Amino acid sequence: MFILIVGIGRVGSTLARTMLSDGHEVSCLDEDPESHARLEVGFEQSWEDSGGQFTVGAGLETDALITAGIERADVFIAATNGDNTNVVIAQIAQKRFEVDHVIARILDPYRAAWYEQQGLRTVCPTRTAIEMLESSVRAISAPDGAEEAEA
Amino acid sequence: MADSLYILVVGAGKVGWNLARELIDRSHEVTVIEADRERYLTVEQELEHRLHYGDASELWVLERAGIERADMVIAVTGDDEDNLLICQVAKQKYGVDSIIARVNNPRNREHFELLDVRPYVSATDLIMRLIEHEVPSYGLVHLLDLPEDRIEIIEVLIDEKSPVAGMRVADLEMPKGCLLISVLRADGGFVPTADTVLEVGDEVLAVLDPEIEDELTTYLGVDSGDSQHSGIG
Repeated sequence: MFILIVGIGRVGSTLARTMLSDGHEVSCLDEDPESHARLEVGFEQSWEDSGGQFTVGAGLETDALITAGIERADVFIAATNGDNTNVVIAQIAQKRFEVDHVIARILDPYRAAWYEQQGLRTVCPTRTAIEMLESSVRAISAPDGAEEAEA
Repeated sequence: MADSLYILVVGAGKVGWNLARELIDRSHEVTVIEADRERYLTVEQELEHRLHYGDASELWVLERAGIERADMVIAVTGDDEDNLLICQVAKQKYGVDSIIARVNNPRNREHFELLDVRPYVSATDLIMRLIEHEVPSYGLVHLLDLPEDRIEIIEVLIDEKSPVAGMRVADLEMPKGCLLISVLRADGGFVPTADTVLEVGDEVLAVLDPEIEDELTTYLGVDSGDSQHSGIG
């Protein structure tokens, strides 16, 4: 599959490397040229020699999206550090370029839930963190905690 | 007051703050939302309870400001993504009837169109329009564009090459779907009658269906190069 990832921070870069290792074609877009270095962490060859593609540009720039290959993308991942940017570019990928699979990272759980209802596939790390913390705290407080309280 | 509206303004920058003042002067109920703490503290001295502190991208901030009963939401932050999504949410989630969005970077206009966030206002486009109006070398100026309603108003300069210069309005063979509404001449503008004779140097205003623009400008002898269209939203 051809996977386009916008936003090459910790999440985007790691995902890009994993997907490339899995044998997919991976194209990355980020407005910061320095983010390219993240892609090569742990790689012996350069990102390009490993088969990856990297474009400098903002996700809102249509030209940059086209250069990065959005027109033939099977999967589009919006993983910049801005919720609003991710929601906008995910909708551009969906509505304008009709990419089959679009996933947006949204940190705000309430908006993630609403956009999910609107037909946008979202991943909400905050929601995941809340759930993990809730279950961790519950595991601590019960059942062992209950026994201690009775004793 | 019967026609007082509840208006939510997002962004207390120069545009948002002045807009709020004007709206308050006109007896509208206004709440402004500002995300920057320092700016909030400055503007709060004047707007007091009418200013809320918070990021209007977050739904609870909008809800606390009463978006559910808002008649209009105006998003004028310096960030196009914010303006776009705030208006999208206002319209689609909260059913707000009227929205107005500010476009900072005219290149983002296409995204506002795509997500159906309209009307939008771009200062760059407005200034471009004024330039087109002021620079005589442009033979064609768009004064109003309402593409959804299939209506536009254009201003056309009649120069010496124009085949209609010297013709009576009654003798014009204008394409169907357009109407000459005014003629601007050195001594002032007027509404033309059948007997009006078009002169070289006249600026003619026409209302028309955008689809026949090319046909009309060709007939009037205007060189409608692509450049005149750029920067118009």
